[in-house]
Amino acid sequence: MSIDLETARRVAHLARIAVSDEDLPALADEFNTILGFIEQLNEVDVDGVEPMTSVTPMRLKRRPDEITAGGYAERILSNAPDAREGFFAVPKVVE
Amino acid sequence: MLDLAHEAPKPKVISGAKSDWELVIGLEVHAQVSSKAKLFSGASTRFGAEPNSNVAFVDAAMPGMLPVVNEFCIAQAVRTGLGLKAQINLVSAFDRKNYFYPDLPQGYQISQLYHPLVGEGEVLVDMGPGVARRVRIERIHVEQDAGKSIHDMDPTMSFVDLNRTGVALMEIVSRPDIRGPEEAAAYVAKLRQIMRYLGTCDGNMQNGSLRADVNVSVCKPGDYERYQETGDHRVLGTRCEIKNMNSMRFIQAAIEYEARRQIAILEDGGSIVQETRLYDPDTGETRSMRSKEEAHDYRYFPDPDLLPLEIEQDWVDEIAATLPELPDEKKARFVTEYGMTEYDAGVLTAETENAAFFEEVARGRDGKAAANWVINDLFGRLRKEGHGIGESPVSSGQLGGILDLIAKGDISGKIAKDLFDIVYTEGGDPAEIVEARRMRQVTDTGAIEAEVDKIIAANPAQVEKAKANPKLAGWFVGQVMKATGGKANPQAVNEIVSRKLGD
Repeated sequence: MSIDLETARRVAHLARIAVSDEDLPALADEFNTILGFIEQLNEVDVDGVEPMTSVTPMRLKRRPDEITAGGYAERILSNAPDAREGFFAVPKVVE
Repeated sequence: MLDLAHEAPKPKVISGAKSDWELVIGLEVHAQVSSKAKLFSGASTRFGAEPNSNVAFVDAAMPGMLPVVNEFCIAQAVRTGLGLKAQINLVSAFDRKNYFYPDLPQGYQISQLYHPLVGEGEVLVDMGPGVARRVRIERIHVEQDAGKSIHDMDPTMSFVDLNRTGVALMEIVSRPDIRGPEEAAAYVAKLRQIMRYLGTCDGNMQNGSLRADVNVSVCKPGDYERYQETGDHRVLGTRCEIKNMNSMRFIQAAIEYEARRQIAILEDGGSIVQETRLYDPDTGETRSMRSKEEAHDYRYFPDPDLLPLEIEQDWVDEIAATLPELPDEKKARFVTEYGMTEYDAGVLTAETENAAFFEEVARGRDGKAAANWVINDLFGRLRKEGHGIGESPVSSGQLGGILDLIAKGDISGKIAKDLFDIVYTEGGDPAEIVEARRMRQVTDTGAIEAEVDKIIAANPAQVEKAKANPKLAGWFVGQVMKATGGKANPQAVNEIVSRKLGD
């Protein structure tokens, strides 16, 4: 499997990362290195092996249905490039 | 369980210019889980709060924040699954659905693509007495809601409120078993009813607690039967998905429009492009959402922040033990226990509060009479005034009191209507009102006979006519009722009048 420039451009766009045309070949190369490593991993026969989701026997943590957060809109908005009247303000996106 | 025998409704047929067409419809219903806090954070789910005030740092996707699942939301989804007679998966897992949008600060929605919490179930969709569509549920998965974008507050900017971000949703996915616009709306209504019985979703469509994506395709008569035999979806035609509808009326209108649009293309020799469309209530049309096309590459993968969700059968059994009597069972029981029609049972069981009110009225009384009074007099009046049962000025005890007075013969049916009106507008104990306002019906035949004699004596000409034509006896009955202020027992009056005229 090999990632061409077009695929690299598309993945960058989906992730909303601006990559200039001259940087695309290097990015595609990096993707290919990663995928090469994964292909190497794929050589291991894992038929019938349960995926390991944790190195220690752990159960997914749960929380009770209680309100323990919120009520601090100004802190939520404090890092926003633009906020008005309690909202995040972003360049217009209309469907 | 009692099960009423049903036959399947006929599929809707649309006549095109060249041939007949049938519809194939599948729905994805997004139901907001009734819970105090969000799916992965401790922020409130309350509707209508100040913008961004119900937002925890994890909802805003601040760096380093980790999701912790709200166990009650999982219990609610399990409860919903059990209510839809569905398979509960003891092991499920969360996946990331990646896409970019300003109201999705994480850049992904946590959902369950590969291993949903709930598997196959079914819903019986009532389409009238004796007619119902069995719609198969494919799965229910638990996921996060997105925030809300507001586009009309500023000419160049969109405003984003993250209060809804991270609220727990159940996505209920049906099989393509729905065969017409009315069935689609009835299916959503039935899901809503079941979830309101279960207390797992308030079903408020206006506030967005219940929204539907509708998949529509068209096929020729006979194709659907072929699909049922072979399981081959391709014979059902290419489908389009109409996104995010929050009104039963729009769902029907959108399906109707979309089916005709597809038929026109196919009859012109064209082909349907599988795409996402949006319904515009102002024009009554659907249009393509082109921006969705490229975003369709969601690059799902298991969420590394969350271990698989493992639940125990004992816990599921505990939840199952607390399920209420569900609409289908309640309706069947009302038909057999109270001897009412399936239609009346459907009206009374539409909302669990209505059914409970009726049963309080009917307890120890005539079920049919109770059903008539609750449906025609009480519900009719409440609906006219735009009230729900919760705002009824007449309690079940008061209405029961009126029924008791009728049963004892203290008041006639006609007086009972007046009494109901007084109780509805002024309140009070029905029995006391009857005493205080002298509304008790005259059953004393002596008193009625005296009235009848008086009227016969005063109207000799009418008597002659009535003797020649017994149909005219009704005039005397009317006069007696008038003279007694409607309080005379009508059967007794009838009997006495015809006896006296017959003399």
